[in-house]
Amino acid sequence: MTQALHTPPTTPTPPETHDLAALAARHGLAVSGARPSLPEYIRQLWARRHFITAFATAKLTAQYSQAKLGQVWQVMTPLLNAAVYYFIFGLLLGTSHGVQDYIPFLVTGVFVWTFTQSSIMAGTRAISGNLGLVRALHFPRAALPISFALQQLQQLLFSMAALVVILLCFGIPVAASWVLAIPALVLQFTFNAGVAMVMARMGAKTPDIAQLMPFVLRTWMYASGVMFSISHITSGKDLPSWVTAALQANPAAVYIDLMRFALIDSFHASQLPPHVWAIATGWALLAGVGGFIYFWKAEETYGRG
Amino acid sequence: MAENPNDTIPTVIADGVDIVYRVNGTGAGRGSATAALNRILRRKQAEKAAGVRKVHAVKNVSFVAYRGEAIGLIGTNGSGKSTLLKAVAGLLPVENGHIYTDGQPSLLGVNAALMNDLTGERNVFLGGLAMGMSREQVKQRYQEIVDFSGINEKGDFITLPMRTYSSGMAARLRFSIAAAKDHDVLLIDEALATGDRSFQKRSEARIRELRKHAGTVFLVSHNNKSIRDTCDRVLWLERGELRMDGPTDEVLKEYEAFTGDKAAKPAPKPKPKPAPAPVPS
Repeated sequence: MTQALHTPPTTPTPPETHDLAALAARHGLAVSGARPSLPEYIRQLWARRHFITAFATAKLTAQYSQAKLGQVWQVMTPLLNAAVYYFIFGLLLGTSHGVQDYIPFLVTGVFVWTFTQSSIMAGTRAISGNLGLVRALHFPRAALPISFALQQLQQLLFSMAALVVILLCFGIPVAASWVLAIPALVLQFTFNAGVAMVMARMGAKTPDIAQLMPFVLRTWMYASGVMFSISHITSGKDLPSWVTAALQANPAAVYIDLMRFALIDSFHASQLPPHVWAIATGWALLAGVGGFIYFWKAEETYGRG
Repeated sequence: MAENPNDTIPTVIADGVDIVYRVNGTGAGRGSATAALNRILRRKQAEKAAGVRKVHAVKNVSFVAYRGEAIGLIGTNGSGKSTLLKAVAGLLPVENGHIYTDGQPSLLGVNAALMNDLTGERNVFLGGLAMGMSREQVKQRYQEIVDFSGINEKGDFITLPMRTYSSGMAARLRFSIAAAKDHDVLLIDEALATGDRSFQKRSEARIRELRKHAGTVFLVSHNNKSIRDTCDRVLWLERGELRMDGPTDEVLKEYEAFTGDKAAKPAPKPKPKPAPAPVPS
């Protein structure tokens, strides 16, 4: 089968008598495509921070680039969303489940939940949906899921602007506690980015997960008290106390309730689970650090096959 | 170090490289749900039964590339050229052997994707940042990149979304972005074939310039003329094996004899496609 026509006249003569591996070692050549160490990986990622932000902004802009109204949709979409929820829950059903200021309560929940939901969905497709980029260019792959989470954060900031208008319309007073929204968002972003990295690795190996996630996320939404207050629903029912505690410690519920506590004056601290800031920080650190290490462990496998 | 192109400094070393693709969903019960379940549940033991086929794309290839060289990769379709290039770029795992590189080789393929919904302008920035340039560096090079690509020759196209570009325009912009940075090792996969004649001339000049800046260039092409114009050394791959390695003229002469006059050759070449897998139980 091998039918080399004649021995290749080599120019310049490679020192083939020597071991090629030794030659590589002598000139300090590294194995191609090897995974960098964790500190080196963090350094590379930091060096690409401008790429991460530019990519997020670019994605956000591209989203409405085919629409005639263009970037107006950034604000219109959350406002329309809120209007639909107001129509269904406020006017049609007239239901408030015994919650004061139900519409602000509901809209805050929906916006904050959407942030987590779309970060995770985008994270699942971060690698498998950008194979062209991954196969063409070299950069720390964690830049992609982080960038997608950042894009959703930018999207949420537009929603928050709409939310402020809605809050003022419903007569919620501007209060000093609104500042608490910032640490709550930082923690939630860290959590989202971490989960997005976990999902990105799983989605890169098994793209089928992207088909499954909408159902998982919908179940999670109903367990997180987006449209009702967990304590109102569980009180007076014959449930073991750990069920309520578990429901309230669920990260999505924690971040939603923190945002409500920060923004809505009738949502009191008594409605929050005990040690809520500790729980919120714990989830953020667990997901953020754990997700990053989990993602890095498979760095060299992304985009192959 | 850019001033002293020293032939004795190796930049890419391939040491007995084997590359094997595994393809799911061939063989009996192709595509049926039970076959897929079977694959998932029984993994390794069932690899053969469930129709996972191995394609040995590159077989025991060794070579040493030096700083300042431009190396052409030739061979008939399916001979493993692009696969080898992807492995050098660190984008495909090798089955056996090792590939050592100096710095990070960058693959410049026709398939390299930018974002279609964004303007060319934004893509220049994104591509530059993704390659590891700083914002300032991209800003400095921006005009150079746009001018080189020639996108604006027929009007202000750089501010239009990439999806409105012709395939030639998009390929030119991609090449211009990738060529804006000095790469340690630049891998080009048939990129020269896409542009028009004047762009091809410019890109050949740019490749020569990149070589001067101490890099090594690999070029995969079916266009013998562009190989002859840019490369001084050629690797000829046939059915995954390195068949010849030498100066451009000698190798191309043999290659042209091989492709142009196959009947005259002693051993006829069967189809590069692997033989069908044995019928599983």
